[in-house]
Amino acid sequence: MMNSADGGGAAAASTSAANGSADGSGPRRNSKRPKYSRFTQQELPACKPILTPQWVISAFAIVTVIFIPIGVASLLASRDVVEVIFRYDSDCVPERFSGNKLSYIQNANISKTCTRTLMVPKRMKNPVYVYYQLDNFYQNHRRYVKSRNDYQLRDPSKANDTSGCDPEDSSGGQPIVPCGLIAWSLFNDTYRFSVGSRNVEVNKKGISWKSDRDSKFGNNVFPRNFQSGKLIGGAKLNESIPLSEQEDLIVWMRTAALPTFRKLYGKIEVDLLANQTITVTIENNYNTYEFGGKKKLVLSTATWLGGKNDFLGLAYLTVGGLCFFLAAAFTVVYLIKPRKLGDPSYLSWNRNPGGH
Amino acid sequence: MSEKRISSDPEIGQGPLRSSSRLSGASARFPAGKDRIFSTELGSRGPESDRFGGASQKEIADEDARFVYIGDPARTNNRSAFAGNSIRTGKYNFFTFLPRNLFEQFHRVAYIYFLVIAILNQLPQLAVFSRQASIIPLAFVLLVTAVKDGYEDWRRHRADRIENNRSANVFSDGEFRPKLWKNVQVGEVIRVNSNETLPCDMVLLSTSDPTGVAYVQTINLDGESNLKTRYAKQETLSGDRFEGILRCEQPNRNIYGFHAAMEIQGKTVSLGAPNIVLRGCEIKNTAWIVGVAVYAGRETKVMLNSSGAPSKRSRLETKMNRETVLLSFLLLLLCSIVTLLAGFWLKTHKGELNLAPFFRKRDFSGEEEKDFNYDGIGAEIGYRFLMSVIVFQIMIPISLYISMELVRLGQAYFMIQDKNLYDEASQSRFQCRALNINEDLGQIKYVFSDKTGTLTQNKMEFQCASITGSDYQAASSDLEDCFVRVGGQVWRPKMKVRVNPELLRLLRSGEGEERRQAYDFFLALATCNTIVPIVVDTLEENSKLIDYQGESPDEQALVYAAASYGFVLVERTSGHIVVDILGRRQRFDILGLHEFDSDRKRMSVIVGCPNKAVKLFAKGADNAMLGVLEETLDPWIVQKTKDHLLAYSSLGLRTLVVGVRELTEVQFREWKSGYERASMALFGRSKALRAVAVNIETQLRILGASGIEDKLQEGVPEAIESLRDAGIKVWVLTGDKQETAISIGFSCKLLTPSMTQIVINSHSKEACRRSLQEAFAMTRKHGQESLALVIDGTSLVHILETELEEELFKVATACNVVLCCRVAPLQKAGIVSLIKSRTDDMTLSIGDGANDVSMIQMADVGIGVSGQEGRQAVMASDFAIGQFRFLVPLLLVHGHWNYQRMAYMILYNFYRNAVYVFVVFWYTIYTAFSLSTAISEWSAVLYSIIYTALPTIVVGILDKDLSRKTLLKYPQLYGAGQRDESYDLNGFFLTMADTIWQSAAIFFIPYLAYRHSAIDGSSVGDLWILGVVILVNFHLALDVFRWNWITHASIWGCIVATWVCVIVIDSLPFLPGYWAIFQVMGTSVFWLCLLGILVMGLIPRFTVKSFRGYLAPSDIIIGRELEKFGGGATGEGGHL
Repeated sequence: MMNSADGGGAAAASTSAANGSADGSGPRRNSKRPKYSRFTQQELPACKPILTPQWVISAFAIVTVIFIPIGVASLLASRDVVEVIFRYDSDCVPERFSGNKLSYIQNANISKTCTRTLMVPKRMKNPVYVYYQLDNFYQNHRRYVKSRNDYQLRDPSKANDTSGCDPEDSSGGQPIVPCGLIAWSLFNDTYRFSVGSRNVEVNKKGISWKSDRDSKFGNNVFPRNFQSGKLIGGAKLNESIPLSEQEDLIVWMRTAALPTFRKLYGKIEVDLLANQTITVTIENNYNTYEFGGKKKLVLSTATWLGGKNDFLGLAYLTVGGLCFFLAAAFTVVYLIKPRKLGDPSYLSWNRNPGGH
Repeated sequence: MSEKRISSDPEIGQGPLRSSSRLSGASARFPAGKDRIFSTELGSRGPESDRFGGASQKEIADEDARFVYIGDPARTNNRSAFAGNSIRTGKYNFFTFLPRNLFEQFHRVAYIYFLVIAILNQLPQLAVFSRQASIIPLAFVLLVTAVKDGYEDWRRHRADRIENNRSANVFSDGEFRPKLWKNVQVGEVIRVNSNETLPCDMVLLSTSDPTGVAYVQTINLDGESNLKTRYAKQETLSGDRFEGILRCEQPNRNIYGFHAAMEIQGKTVSLGAPNIVLRGCEIKNTAWIVGVAVYAGRETKVMLNSSGAPSKRSRLETKMNRETVLLSFLLLLLCSIVTLLAGFWLKTHKGELNLAPFFRKRDFSGEEEKDFNYDGIGAEIGYRFLMSVIVFQIMIPISLYISMELVRLGQAYFMIQDKNLYDEASQSRFQCRALNINEDLGQIKYVFSDKTGTLTQNKMEFQCASITGSDYQAASSDLEDCFVRVGGQVWRPKMKVRVNPELLRLLRSGEGEERRQAYDFFLALATCNTIVPIVVDTLEENSKLIDYQGESPDEQALVYAAASYGFVLVERTSGHIVVDILGRRQRFDILGLHEFDSDRKRMSVIVGCPNKAVKLFAKGADNAMLGVLEETLDPWIVQKTKDHLLAYSSLGLRTLVVGVRELTEVQFREWKSGYERASMALFGRSKALRAVAVNIETQLRILGASGIEDKLQEGVPEAIESLRDAGIKVWVLTGDKQETAISIGFSCKLLTPSMTQIVINSHSKEACRRSLQEAFAMTRKHGQESLALVIDGTSLVHILETELEEELFKVATACNVVLCCRVAPLQKAGIVSLIKSRTDDMTLSIGDGANDVSMIQMADVGIGVSGQEGRQAVMASDFAIGQFRFLVPLLLVHGHWNYQRMAYMILYNFYRNAVYVFVVFWYTIYTAFSLSTAISEWSAVLYSIIYTALPTIVVGILDKDLSRKTLLKYPQLYGAGQRDESYDLNGFFLTMADTIWQSAAIFFIPYLAYRHSAIDGSSVGDLWILGVVILVNFHLALDVFRWNWITHASIWGCIVATWVCVIVIDSLPFLPGYWAIFQVMGTSVFWLCLLGILVMGLIPRFTVKSFRGYLAPSDIIIGRELEKFGGGATGEGGHL
């Protein structure tokens, strides 16, 4: 059914091909005939998968086989993580202010230092990550998450570019660098750790993404005019250090996805032994009392899976189990009610002839 | 132009015109001239038919008239300038393109929706997306459409330029000078030579033929290739000075009618359609013509008719719109939930918002303290609502409308390319004229078919003749060689006809009365027609072919038959014809010609024989002729002929009765004066002419009857069987006689001997009521037996549009087959609407002639057969095919595919957009209902444009649930579309439930995995968007039936493309999400989440699909298994 060559050659060929009745106009019109190809006839070689019982059972079985080991491994990894969580937002407020925590936190004259001890339940291999966890803090709130200017952060010549930053865009007529609510509300609690009388060093280098330090925050952009307004939102920045080295800021500016979040504070690069008592000295400066947010200090080790989270392990085990059950169920169905595939007697008009 | 075709074809003639007027509720008109077919059929059909039926036959009032001063364009255009001849089909020019195209695009609701959303987004309080991002979706669709429109327009401009710069010969200063087409004006006198195209609509003034005849080919106008005769008026023939005033109707779209009067040399001459030649036609067989331009440029009839096919909306789309409304409610519900909860949150946290770092309602930066970007809780809620509409906007799948257009384009391409729909004989391809009802082809329940030319070939072949009561069957298989010698050359008719040797012998050497009758019979066949013999060269030098051109295949058949018996029509001018009778050339003067009309149902010519005798030859439908016979003359012959007629029609032959009347000198004079008076009449000319005809067509002596076979088209019985197996009811509506219709019904297996026939032929309403009641009782009684209803046009007159319609509906739907005979065109439409208005079933009409136009337009799907009968049906249709049997692959294969594809695509698009919206919605709960998204705004914008658009389009064009072979082998599989299996409300709700589950899987797996972790918004946002895109594509992959390399490339390519896009977006350091994708891809949780999303998301769907497919397999699934395991013969290659 191949058509003759196209173009000029077709004219001659088609006259002979045209059956006798074709009159004068034949040669030109013959090109109307569709060109035959597997593509135009919709007959490209194709694979036609069908859900045969074998395939269905294998599919479920494969999921089972893959998911259960992953689930077990994940669960083990999660169980391996040692985590110490210490909520201090109310604990660190002196008794007399418990009725009015706001006046405590807003009073600059009261010492915010707060010393507590933590018990390490199990041996924590270094590095031990030190996080602060905030609850009920909507870093993803639309008003907040947009309140920044990324151009200003990486280019000193764009210091004036504070669009999107209001109401923290300028102070006294001068642009704020870094501007916006996110930077303004930089977390400013600090932690110091000691075991007995020995100070435990917290390494605060390298806690932010390298990509952020290299490209997002300029190494020639210095804080300017920061926290100089009437309302101080949080930490102040050393104006002689470029933004690319202000790692706390960089970490903070990676806004969290969810209203309960942790941020890396630093790393303790020594092992913490089981039942060791760690003294932590907290400078409790950050005002979460305004909106009822909680503050927690978290010490955690990490595995290949990250921090402590049983969910993935449980979910994988559940799915694996479910698929095992489904594979079994389908097998049972297959055995109880065998059906020959491609049996025309199952066609609806063969099952109940006459009816539509 | 098709009136001649009808003139000897009983098909249309039978339709009582009263019924057409009844149906339309308007009075039927009887326009003069050649436009009667369209006027009677369509002229009264209301606005829809306006494309053809504008011509009014009332006398033109001065204010409605256009005055054309012949040869004086300046004066013609003096009072009011008429349109010049320059045409512009292009809609835009360089400057107007942008505004005009935008204006037209915004006529669509979908685009308005986009626009409103984009505008809302520009308000600072509502700025969800950045300015650039918010414009993208709108800009994208506008750009795509504008590029498409612009390209089409550019092509039109180019065509216009070529057209406008053609040259015409225009008379000025005493000679014809070349002038560009675009400069031609109304009123100018133009000369056009043979084989040239007419530059504008012109009234003929003179032609190279001394009698003023011109032949035109209207192939560009209506696609008919046969020649049509046009006449210049006697009064203008001689002049080389052109003067006079023409008063004609205003430009209209009726290409088959024209009405004007010409004042010339103090005389008023009336003009009609035979006197006008239209732009786009070609002059043939005439050396030159001279005419005066009356309509030019955009006012020409061809330009006025150049509008596209009427736009219909497919059933699936109608249903889809219903679901779109449901989705709008869902959208509003989601928005309301968000708004309510946001209000609640704002209220409970009211005291905290002033200083909470993430809200910071108070602004201390200024001199005085004030609220920042906060207009009170009420306004906040209002903003929140509008913002949520912006964020959730793609819940309404606007891009679906664009995807559907693309998919239909692709489907149309494959239908056109299908070699199984290409008609080798007529070299006609499948045509897809309506681009938006492809999927309706998969849901048809009723097929209404014309008979002649649709079921049959409409290639008439003379089969038998009854002359003086003797029946002569064409028996000999060998073809008699007949030829005419013209000055050393041999002319042969182009087609040979099988002859009866006995009859031939009688003519050649017979004697007596019998021979005289036979002689007159064939003379009548050779003269009483409007056939034009065209002499065509052959390869041999001395041999030529005579090609009989005419508008009616029946007439052609008769003339070829006459030629085979030695009565060769050699030449025709307007005044005489030359017939070579058994070797002797004879000239006959055509003194008068009464054309066919649907009242008389016959035509006649008055012939001046060489021996000075004047004879009237008439031929027509049997009932029209038997009434005007002088029965007392030879009652025995009449009776015998009647018997033969009955026998012929029961063989399925088309019958005509031929009669003669010798006119005395007195009778002739009397007739002549009447005829001339009527021809000159300004008012009611056709009526007067008809009266003259009726007057003279009496006391005819019967010569005989002819039986013409209209062969069944190839494959018709098989096609009808397939359609019936597919659960499609085939109704045949024909203008033919009952006997013919029934016999054709049997031969095409529509009727079977085992069927019980219910015949309704009633002449009054009461009788109809009774018959219907009896018939209904019968349908009750015959539970299992198959029934056939045969009903005729006369009965339908009493039934349609009365309360009996309901009864007919009940009876007809209870019968397996319905055969309507002798129905008028409008009754055909009435029957279609009988079903269409009472059921939800999809109807399809198929026909080839002008008489089918109304039913083609009435049905949900109209199919034109591009056959012998001209192009009106095709022009009115949605799809055009070359053969009736192509209906089977068209419906069963392409229709099935298109329906299944489109249905799946719509559901999938609903799902695809909703799943994204739900993911965003879940996240909103964790953002204090502030509607921020973790997914970057660019990803949000690109989601439905790039990330997920292509695979659904590719699958919508290419996927096939079953192979062609299987679908043709088991026509019952077509039932899936009839039962709305692929798309119904259940399916919609199931899909939506699945959507919610999948969106939950996408959102909550990462949420739970990353809860209380240091994850940042951008990283998890990337995970979510990748999760959505991958899941959505795997969902599609799970449902694809057939994987070829294009499907593979589009689905997997889309996932890769999304990944690349996400990477690119995250490589821009000025966006907050910089490098997030690389960070998150480095963690194992990311990959475990993706895998978890994929498997968890698909488990319910996969489980349901596999269990249902195994335990309660649908026919489609069995079909697919058959293809794969049923012997392997039905497969198409490929492997798993």
